[in-house]
Amino acid sequence: MSDQILAQPELAAIQIDEDSEDLSRSDVILKGALAAGAIYGAVAVGPFVGRALAMAESGDVGILNFALTLEYLESAFYEEAKSRAGASGDLKSLINTIARDEEEHVGALTETIKKLGGKPVAEPKFDFPYSGTGGFLKLAQTFEDTGVSAYNGAAPQIKAKEVLEAAGSIVQVEARHAAAIALQNGAEPAPVAFDPALSEAKVLKAVEPFIK
Amino acid sequence: MAVESKPSALSRVASDPVSRRKLLAVTGGSTALAAFLAACGSDSDSTTSTMTAGGGGGATGTEKFGKGDVGILNYALTLEYLETAFYEDVVKSGLFKGSDLATIRKFGSEEAEHVKALTGFVKQMGGKPAPKPKTEFPLKSAKSVLELAATVENLGAAAYLGQAPNIKGPSTLAAALSIHSVEGRHAAALNTLLGKSIVPDGAFAKPAGAEEVLKSVEPFIVG
Repeated sequence: MSDQILAQPELAAIQIDEDSEDLSRSDVILKGALAAGAIYGAVAVGPFVGRALAMAESGDVGILNFALTLEYLESAFYEEAKSRAGASGDLKSLINTIARDEEEHVGALTETIKKLGGKPVAEPKFDFPYSGTGGFLKLAQTFEDTGVSAYNGAAPQIKAKEVLEAAGSIVQVEARHAAAIALQNGAEPAPVAFDPALSEAKVLKAVEPFIK
Repeated sequence: MAVESKPSALSRVASDPVSRRKLLAVTGGSTALAAFLAACGSDSDSTTSTMTAGGGGGATGTEKFGKGDVGILNYALTLEYLETAFYEDVVKSGLFKGSDLATIRKFGSEEAEHVKALTGFVKQMGGKPAPKPKTEFPLKSAKSVLELAATVENLGAAAYLGQAPNIKGPSTLAAALSIHSVEGRHAAALNTLLGKSIVPDGAFAKPAGAEEVLKSVEPFIVG
Protein backbone atom coordinates (compact mmCIF):
# COMPACT_ATOMS: atom_id res chain seq x y z
CA MET A 1 0.00 0.00 0.00
CA SER A 2 2.73 2.44 0.96
CA ASP A 3 4.34 1.80 -2.41
CA GLN A 4 1.21 2.82 -4.17
CA ILE A 5 0.93 6.08 -2.33
CA LEU A 6 4.58 6.82 -2.85
CA ALA A 7 4.52 5.93 -6.51
CA GLN A 8 1.22 7.39 -7.54
CA PRO A 9 2.50 10.74 -8.93
CA GLU A 10 5.33 9.04 -10.84
CA LEU A 11 3.00 6.41 -12.16
CA ALA A 12 0.79 8.96 -13.84
CA ALA A 13 3.77 10.25 -15.77
CA ILE A 14 5.04 6.86 -16.87
CA GLN A 15 3.98 5.55 -20.20
CA ILE A 16 2.29 2.22 -19.58
CA ASP A 17 1.07 -0.29 -22.13
CA GLU A 18 -2.67 -0.20 -22.75
CA ASP A 19 -3.29 -3.71 -21.54
CA SER A 20 -1.42 -3.17 -18.30
CA GLU A 21 -4.53 -2.11 -16.42
CA ASP A 22 -5.03 -5.51 -14.95
CA LEU A 23 -1.53 -5.54 -13.51
CA SER A 24 -1.41 -4.08 -10.04
CA ARG A 25 1.48 -2.14 -8.60
CA SER A 26 2.11 -4.90 -6.14
CA ASP A 27 3.99 -6.86 -8.76
CA VAL A 28 7.41 -7.58 -7.34
CA ILE A 29 9.31 -6.48 -10.41
CA LEU A 30 7.27 -3.37 -10.86
CA LYS A 31 7.69 -2.49 -7.22
CA GLY A 32 11.43 -2.25 -7.65
CA ALA A 33 11.05 -0.12 -10.73
CA LEU A 34 8.70 2.24 -8.98
CA ALA A 35 11.01 2.53 -6.02
CA ALA A 36 13.77 3.41 -8.46
CA GLY A 37 11.42 5.86 -10.11
CA ALA A 38 10.93 7.65 -6.85
CA ILE A 39 14.68 8.17 -6.66
CA TYR A 40 15.78 8.69 -10.24
CA GLY A 41 12.65 10.15 -11.72
CA ALA A 42 9.87 8.68 -13.78
CA VAL A 43 11.40 9.30 -17.18
CA ALA A 44 14.42 7.14 -16.49
CA VAL A 45 12.43 4.09 -15.43
CA GLY A 46 9.63 4.42 -17.98
CA PRO A 47 11.04 1.89 -20.43
CA PHE A 48 11.95 -0.49 -17.63
CA VAL A 49 8.42 -0.49 -16.28
CA GLY A 50 7.13 -1.27 -19.73
CA ARG A 51 9.45 -4.27 -19.93
CA ALA A 52 8.61 -5.41 -16.43
CA LEU A 53 4.93 -5.37 -17.23
CA ALA A 54 5.48 -7.31 -20.41
CA MET A 55 7.50 -9.90 -18.49
CA ALA A 56 4.92 -10.22 -15.76
CA GLU A 57 2.23 -10.76 -18.36
CA SER A 58 4.03 -13.47 -20.26
CA GLY A 59 6.07 -14.57 -17.25
CA ASP A 60 4.85 -15.57 -13.82
CA VAL A 61 1.22 -14.66 -14.41
CA GLY A 62 1.24 -16.63 -17.64
CA ILE A 63 2.77 -19.65 -15.91
CA LEU A 64 0.31 -19.39 -13.04
CA ASN A 65 -2.63 -19.22 -15.42
CA PHE A 66 -1.30 -22.25 -17.22
CA ALA A 67 -1.10 -24.07 -13.88
CA LEU A 68 -4.56 -22.84 -12.97
CA THR A 69 -5.99 -24.40 -16.11
CA LEU A 70 -4.51 -27.76 -15.10
CA GLU A 71 -5.81 -27.43 -11.56
CA TYR A 72 -9.28 -26.58 -12.86
CA LEU A 73 -9.15 -29.76 -14.88
CA GLU A 74 -8.01 -31.91 -11.96
CA SER A 75 -10.43 -30.30 -9.57
CA ALA A 76 -13.40 -30.89 -11.89
CA PHE A 77 -12.22 -34.43 -12.57
CA TYR A 78 -12.03 -35.49 -8.91
CA GLU A 79 -15.17 -33.60 -7.90
CA GLU A 80 -17.07 -35.50 -10.56
CA ALA A 81 -15.32 -38.76 -9.65
CA LYS A 82 -16.78 -38.66 -6.15
CA SER A 83 -20.05 -39.86 -7.65
CA ARG A 84 -18.84 -41.34 -10.92
CA ALA A 85 -15.72 -43.45 -10.28
CA GLY A 86 -17.55 -46.18 -8.39
CA ALA A 87 -14.93 -46.05 -5.67
CA SER A 88 -15.15 -47.41 -2.16
CA GLY A 89 -12.90 -47.78 0.86
CA ASP A 90 -9.35 -46.44 0.54
CA LEU A 91 -9.85 -45.21 -3.01
CA LYS A 92 -12.94 -43.28 -2.00
CA SER A 93 -11.12 -41.42 0.74
CA LEU A 94 -8.14 -40.88 -1.57
CA ILE A 95 -10.45 -39.24 -4.11
CA ASN A 96 -11.86 -36.99 -1.39
CA THR A 97 -8.35 -36.00 -0.28
CA ILE A 98 -7.17 -35.26 -3.80
CA ALA A 99 -10.37 -33.38 -4.68
CA ARG A 100 -9.82 -31.16 -1.65
CA ASP A 101 -6.15 -30.56 -2.54
CA GLU A 102 -6.90 -29.66 -6.15
CA GLU A 103 -9.65 -27.28 -5.09
CA GLU A 104 -7.23 -25.57 -2.69
CA HIS A 105 -4.66 -25.33 -5.49
CA VAL A 106 -7.25 -23.58 -7.67
CA GLY A 107 -7.96 -21.12 -4.87
CA ALA A 108 -4.29 -20.44 -4.13
CA LEU A 109 -3.35 -19.93 -7.78
CA THR A 110 -6.31 -17.64 -8.36
CA GLU A 111 -5.30 -15.54 -5.36
CA THR A 112 -1.65 -15.40 -6.39
CA ILE A 113 -2.52 -14.30 -9.92
CA LYS A 114 -4.70 -11.53 -8.54
CA LYS A 115 -1.98 -10.48 -6.12
CA LEU A 116 0.43 -10.17 -9.02
CA GLY A 117 -2.11 -7.97 -10.75
CA GLY A 118 -3.02 -10.57 -13.35
CA LYS A 119 -6.39 -11.84 -14.42
CA PRO A 120 -7.14 -15.47 -13.59
CA VAL A 121 -8.28 -17.46 -16.61
CA ALA A 122 -11.89 -18.59 -16.65
CA GLU A 123 -12.63 -22.21 -15.84
CA PRO A 124 -13.10 -24.21 -19.02
CA LYS A 125 -15.80 -26.85 -19.41
CA PHE A 126 -14.49 -30.38 -19.32
CA ASP A 127 -15.49 -33.75 -20.60
CA PHE A 128 -13.85 -36.87 -19.19
CA PRO A 129 -14.37 -39.93 -21.30
CA TYR A 130 -14.02 -42.90 -18.99
CA SER A 131 -16.12 -45.58 -17.47
CA GLY A 132 -15.71 -47.51 -14.26
CA THR A 133 -13.10 -47.42 -11.56
CA GLY A 134 -10.39 -48.76 -13.86
CA GLY A 135 -11.05 -46.05 -16.43
CA PHE A 136 -10.99 -43.44 -13.72
CA LEU A 137 -7.65 -44.62 -12.31
CA LYS A 138 -6.05 -44.67 -15.72
CA LEU A 139 -7.12 -41.11 -16.47
CA ALA A 140 -6.18 -39.97 -12.96
CA GLN A 141 -2.68 -41.33 -13.52
CA THR A 142 -2.41 -39.40 -16.77
CA PHE A 143 -3.49 -36.16 -15.15
CA GLU A 144 -1.26 -36.45 -12.08
CA ASP A 145 1.87 -37.44 -14.01
CA THR A 146 1.22 -34.71 -16.55
CA GLY A 147 0.68 -32.24 -13.72
CA VAL A 148 4.02 -33.10 -12.10
CA SER A 149 5.86 -32.77 -15.40
CA ALA A 150 4.04 -29.53 -16.21
CA TYR A 151 5.09 -27.87 -12.96
CA ASN A 152 8.63 -29.24 -13.22
CA GLY A 153 8.88 -27.87 -16.76
CA ALA A 154 7.50 -24.45 -15.95
CA ALA A 155 9.02 -23.80 -12.52
CA PRO A 156 12.58 -22.93 -13.66
CA GLN A 157 11.09 -20.07 -15.66
CA ILE A 158 9.40 -18.53 -12.66
CA LYS A 159 10.92 -15.22 -11.68
CA ALA A 160 9.52 -14.34 -8.26
CA LYS A 161 10.86 -16.40 -5.38
CA GLU A 162 7.48 -16.53 -3.64
CA VAL A 163 5.82 -17.87 -6.77
CA LEU A 164 8.49 -20.55 -7.11
CA GLU A 165 7.96 -21.57 -3.49
CA ALA A 166 4.24 -21.92 -4.10
CA ALA A 167 4.73 -23.92 -7.29
CA GLY A 168 7.22 -26.21 -5.52
CA SER A 169 4.86 -26.84 -2.68
CA ILE A 170 2.07 -27.70 -5.12
CA VAL A 171 4.15 -29.94 -7.38
CA GLN A 172 5.25 -32.06 -4.44
CA VAL A 173 1.60 -32.65 -3.59
CA GLU A 174 0.87 -33.56 -7.21
CA ALA A 175 3.72 -36.05 -7.07
CA ARG A 176 2.26 -37.53 -3.90
CA HIS A 177 -1.11 -37.87 -5.62
CA ALA A 178 0.57 -39.51 -8.60
CA ALA A 179 2.25 -42.08 -6.36
CA ALA A 180 -0.93 -42.87 -4.46
CA ILE A 181 -2.95 -43.26 -7.65
CA ALA A 182 -0.21 -45.50 -9.10
CA LEU A 183 -0.41 -47.78 -6.07
CA GLN A 184 -4.19 -48.02 -6.55
CA ASN A 185 -3.48 -48.87 -10.19
CA GLY A 186 -1.03 -51.61 -9.23
CA ALA A 187 1.73 -49.57 -10.88
CA GLU A 188 5.10 -48.26 -9.70
CA PRO A 189 4.62 -45.20 -7.48
CA ALA A 190 7.97 -43.77 -8.56
CA PRO A 191 8.73 -45.38 -11.92
CA VAL A 192 11.83 -43.30 -12.71
CA ALA A 193 14.55 -41.64 -10.63
CA PHE A 194 14.04 -38.27 -12.31
CA ASP A 195 10.57 -36.98 -13.05
CA PRO A 196 10.59 -35.65 -16.59
CA ALA A 197 9.76 -32.05 -17.41
CA LEU A 198 7.19 -31.21 -20.02
CA SER A 199 6.80 -28.01 -22.02
CA GLU A 200 3.64 -25.95 -21.77
CA ALA A 201 2.78 -26.71 -25.39
CA LYS A 202 3.06 -30.47 -24.81
CA VAL A 203 0.95 -30.29 -21.68
CA LEU A 204 -1.76 -28.27 -23.35
CA LYS A 205 -1.82 -30.73 -26.20
CA ALA A 206 -2.22 -33.59 -23.73
CA VAL A 207 -5.15 -32.02 -21.91
CA GLU A 208 -6.84 -30.48 -24.96
CA PRO A 209 -9.02 -33.53 -25.66
CA PHE A 210 -10.70 -33.05 -22.29
CA ILE A 211 -11.60 -29.39 -22.77
CA LYS A 212 -14.96 -28.81 -24.40
CA MET B 1 -11.07 -42.62 -25.58
CA ALA B 2 -7.96 -40.80 -26.56
CA VAL B 3 -6.11 -41.80 -23.46
CA GLU B 4 -7.03 -45.45 -23.38
CA SER B 5 -5.88 -46.07 -26.93
CA LYS B 6 -2.37 -44.83 -26.22
CA PRO B 7 0.43 -46.09 -24.03
CA SER B 8 0.36 -44.75 -20.51
CA ALA B 9 0.77 -41.05 -20.03
CA LEU B 10 3.95 -41.71 -18.23
CA SER B 11 5.60 -43.43 -21.14
CA ARG B 12 4.51 -40.57 -23.35
CA VAL B 13 5.85 -38.10 -20.86
CA ALA B 14 9.02 -40.07 -20.48
CA SER B 15 9.59 -40.22 -24.22
CA ASP B 16 9.06 -36.54 -24.69
CA PRO B 17 12.61 -35.74 -25.74
CA VAL B 18 13.20 -32.19 -24.64
CA SER B 19 11.29 -29.47 -22.91
CA ARG B 20 11.32 -26.10 -24.54
CA ARG B 21 14.29 -24.95 -22.52
CA LYS B 22 16.21 -28.18 -22.99
CA LEU B 23 15.94 -28.74 -19.29
CA LEU B 24 15.53 -32.43 -18.95
CA ALA B 25 15.53 -35.39 -21.19
CA VAL B 26 15.32 -38.06 -18.62
CA THR B 27 13.72 -41.40 -19.13
CA GLY B 28 15.14 -43.16 -16.14
CA GLY B 29 17.56 -46.03 -16.01
CA SER B 30 21.30 -45.72 -16.08
CA THR B 31 21.50 -44.81 -19.75
CA ALA B 32 19.46 -41.74 -18.99
CA LEU B 33 22.05 -40.46 -16.61
CA ALA B 34 24.41 -39.19 -19.27
CA ALA B 35 21.58 -37.46 -21.05
CA PHE B 36 20.44 -36.04 -17.76
CA LEU B 37 23.80 -34.55 -16.99
CA ALA B 38 24.26 -33.30 -20.53
CA ALA B 39 20.90 -31.61 -20.45
CA CYS B 40 21.42 -30.08 -17.06
CA GLY B 41 25.03 -29.12 -17.15
CA SER B 42 24.78 -25.65 -18.61
CA ASP B 43 24.96 -23.73 -15.37
CA SER B 44 28.69 -24.07 -14.95
CA ASP B 45 29.39 -20.73 -16.60
CA SER B 46 27.10 -19.32 -13.96
CA THR B 47 26.02 -16.16 -15.70
CA THR B 48 23.10 -16.08 -13.36
CA SER B 49 20.41 -13.69 -14.38
CA THR B 50 19.33 -11.25 -11.74
CA MET B 51 15.77 -12.19 -12.57
CA THR B 52 16.33 -15.80 -11.58
CA ALA B 53 14.26 -16.77 -8.61
CA GLY B 54 15.96 -17.28 -5.33
CA GLY B 55 19.43 -16.46 -4.25
CA GLY B 56 19.34 -12.92 -3.13
CA GLY B 57 22.33 -13.44 -0.89
CA GLY B 58 20.32 -14.91 1.97
CA ALA B 59 21.74 -17.73 4.01
CA THR B 60 20.71 -21.16 2.80
CA GLY B 61 22.25 -23.15 5.64
CA THR B 62 24.23 -25.09 3.05
CA GLU B 63 27.31 -22.83 3.06
CA LYS B 64 29.43 -25.42 4.85
CA PHE B 65 28.99 -27.69 1.81
CA GLY B 66 30.24 -25.06 -0.60
CA LYS B 67 29.25 -21.75 -2.15
CA GLY B 68 25.92 -21.10 -3.83
CA ASP B 69 24.48 -23.85 -6.00
CA VAL B 70 27.46 -26.16 -5.39
CA GLY B 71 26.80 -25.98 -1.65
CA ILE B 72 23.13 -26.76 -2.17
CA LEU B 73 23.94 -29.67 -4.47
CA ASN B 74 26.48 -31.06 -1.99
CA TYR B 75 23.95 -30.77 0.80
CA ALA B 76 21.48 -32.70 -1.37
CA LEU B 77 24.20 -35.21 -2.21
CA THR B 78 24.83 -35.84 1.48
CA LEU B 79 21.15 -36.56 2.01
CA GLU B 80 21.05 -38.84 -1.01
CA TYR B 81 24.10 -40.74 0.24
CA LEU B 82 22.28 -41.23 3.50
CA GLU B 83 19.10 -42.47 1.83
CA THR B 84 21.06 -44.83 -0.42
CA ALA B 85 22.94 -46.31 2.52
CA PHE B 86 19.72 -46.65 4.47
CA TYR B 87 17.98 -48.67 1.75
CA GLU B 88 21.08 -50.83 1.25
CA ASP B 89 21.09 -51.67 4.95
CA VAL B 90 17.35 -52.36 4.91
CA VAL B 91 17.68 -54.76 1.97
CA LYS B 92 20.51 -56.58 3.79
CA SER B 93 18.56 -56.70 7.05
CA GLY B 94 16.24 -59.40 5.70
CA LEU B 95 13.26 -57.73 7.35
CA PHE B 96 11.36 -57.46 4.07
CA LYS B 97 10.17 -59.88 1.44
CA GLY B 98 8.03 -59.84 -1.68
CA SER B 99 6.52 -56.63 -2.95
CA ASP B 100 7.70 -54.53 0.00
CA LEU B 101 11.27 -55.64 -0.64
CA ALA B 102 10.86 -54.84 -4.33
CA THR B 103 9.67 -51.35 -3.46
CA ILE B 104 12.60 -50.81 -1.11
CA ARG B 105 15.06 -52.01 -3.73
CA LYS B 106 13.48 -49.75 -6.35
CA PHE B 107 13.59 -46.69 -4.12
CA GLY B 108 17.15 -47.47 -3.09
CA SER B 109 18.27 -47.74 -6.70
CA GLU B 110 16.64 -44.39 -7.46
CA GLU B 111 18.47 -42.76 -4.56
CA ALA B 112 21.70 -44.22 -5.92
CA GLU B 113 20.91 -42.61 -9.27
CA HIS B 114 20.40 -39.30 -7.51
CA VAL B 115 23.82 -39.69 -5.89
CA LYS B 116 25.41 -40.28 -9.29
CA ALA B 117 23.62 -37.36 -10.91
CA LEU B 118 24.41 -34.92 -8.12
CA THR B 119 28.06 -36.01 -8.00
CA GLY B 120 28.35 -35.43 -11.74
CA PHE B 121 26.65 -32.12 -11.40
CA VAL B 122 28.93 -30.80 -8.68
CA LYS B 123 31.94 -31.83 -10.75
CA GLN B 124 30.57 -30.14 -13.87
CA MET B 125 30.22 -26.94 -11.92
CA GLY B 126 33.84 -27.15 -10.87
CA GLY B 127 33.03 -28.14 -7.31
CA LYS B 128 34.24 -31.00 -5.15
CA PRO B 129 31.54 -33.56 -4.39
CA ALA B 130 30.78 -33.99 -0.69
CA PRO B 131 32.21 -37.20 0.78
CA LYS B 132 30.00 -40.17 1.53
CA PRO B 133 29.13 -40.05 5.22
CA LYS B 134 29.43 -43.13 7.44
CA THR B 135 25.95 -44.04 8.55
CA GLU B 136 24.18 -46.31 10.99
CA PHE B 137 20.45 -46.91 11.22
CA PRO B 138 18.33 -48.65 13.83
CA LEU B 139 16.83 -51.63 12.00
CA LYS B 140 14.71 -53.39 14.59
CA SER B 141 11.41 -54.34 13.01
CA ALA B 142 9.77 -54.01 9.61
CA LYS B 143 7.29 -51.54 11.04
CA SER B 144 9.91 -49.27 12.63
CA VAL B 145 12.04 -49.42 9.49
CA LEU B 146 9.12 -48.40 7.30
CA GLU B 147 8.42 -45.57 9.67
CA LEU B 148 12.02 -44.42 9.51
CA ALA B 149 11.93 -44.70 5.72
CA ALA B 150 8.81 -42.53 5.59
CA THR B 151 10.40 -40.00 7.95
CA VAL B 152 13.55 -39.82 5.86
CA GLU B 153 11.66 -39.50 2.55
CA ASN B 154 9.25 -36.86 3.82
CA LEU B 155 12.21 -34.97 5.20
CA GLY B 156 14.11 -35.35 1.93
CA ALA B 157 11.21 -33.96 -0.07
CA ALA B 158 10.91 -31.03 2.35
CA ALA B 159 14.67 -30.44 2.11
CA TYR B 160 14.57 -30.09 -1.70
CA LEU B 161 11.53 -27.87 -1.44
CA GLY B 162 13.33 -25.70 1.09
CA GLN B 163 16.33 -25.19 -1.19
CA ALA B 164 14.58 -24.81 -4.56
CA PRO B 165 14.05 -21.04 -4.19
CA ASN B 166 17.73 -20.61 -3.22
CA ILE B 167 19.04 -22.21 -6.40
CA LYS B 168 20.42 -19.74 -8.90
CA GLY B 169 21.04 -21.73 -12.06
CA PRO B 170 17.90 -22.66 -14.00
CA SER B 171 19.36 -26.03 -15.02
CA THR B 172 20.35 -26.82 -11.46
CA LEU B 173 16.85 -25.89 -10.39
CA ALA B 174 15.34 -28.13 -13.06
CA ALA B 175 17.47 -31.04 -11.86
CA ALA B 176 16.58 -30.44 -8.22
CA LEU B 177 12.89 -30.28 -9.09
CA SER B 178 13.01 -33.52 -11.03
CA ILE B 179 14.49 -35.21 -7.95
CA HIS B 180 12.23 -33.35 -5.53
CA SER B 181 9.02 -34.78 -6.98
CA VAL B 182 10.46 -38.30 -6.93
CA GLU B 183 11.22 -37.90 -3.22
CA GLY B 184 7.61 -36.77 -2.84
CA ARG B 185 6.46 -39.93 -4.61
CA HIS B 186 8.59 -42.11 -2.33
CA ALA B 187 7.22 -40.33 0.73
CA ALA B 188 3.62 -40.80 -0.37
CA ALA B 189 4.12 -44.48 -1.21
CA LEU B 190 5.68 -45.18 2.20
CA ASN B 191 2.94 -43.22 3.96
CA THR B 192 0.41 -45.36 2.09
CA LEU B 193 2.14 -48.57 3.25
CA LEU B 194 1.91 -47.26 6.81
CA GLY B 195 -1.73 -46.26 6.47
CA LYS B 196 -0.82 -42.59 6.93
CA SER B 197 -1.99 -39.59 4.95
CA ILE B 198 -0.19 -39.20 1.64
CA VAL B 199 -0.26 -35.45 2.15
CA PRO B 200 0.63 -34.84 5.80
CA ASP B 201 0.91 -31.08 5.22
CA GLY B 202 -2.36 -30.89 3.31
CA ALA B 203 -2.64 -29.36 -0.16
CA PHE B 204 0.65 -27.46 0.15
CA ALA B 205 3.82 -29.29 1.09
CA LYS B 206 5.95 -27.55 3.69
CA PRO B 207 9.64 -26.85 3.11
CA ALA B 208 12.38 -27.60 5.63
CA GLY B 209 15.51 -25.55 6.12
CA ALA B 210 18.99 -27.08 6.04
CA GLU B 211 19.56 -26.62 9.75
CA GLU B 212 16.42 -28.53 10.69
CA VAL B 213 17.12 -31.30 8.18
CA LEU B 214 20.75 -31.76 9.23
CA LYS B 215 19.76 -31.90 12.85
CA SER B 216 17.20 -34.61 12.09
CA VAL B 217 19.66 -36.83 10.25
CA GLU B 218 22.54 -36.24 12.69
CA PRO B 219 21.76 -39.34 14.77
CA PHE B 220 22.35 -41.54 11.71
CA ILE B 221 25.73 -40.07 10.75
CA VAL B 222 28.59 -41.68 12.63
CA GLY B 223 31.52 -40.21 10.77
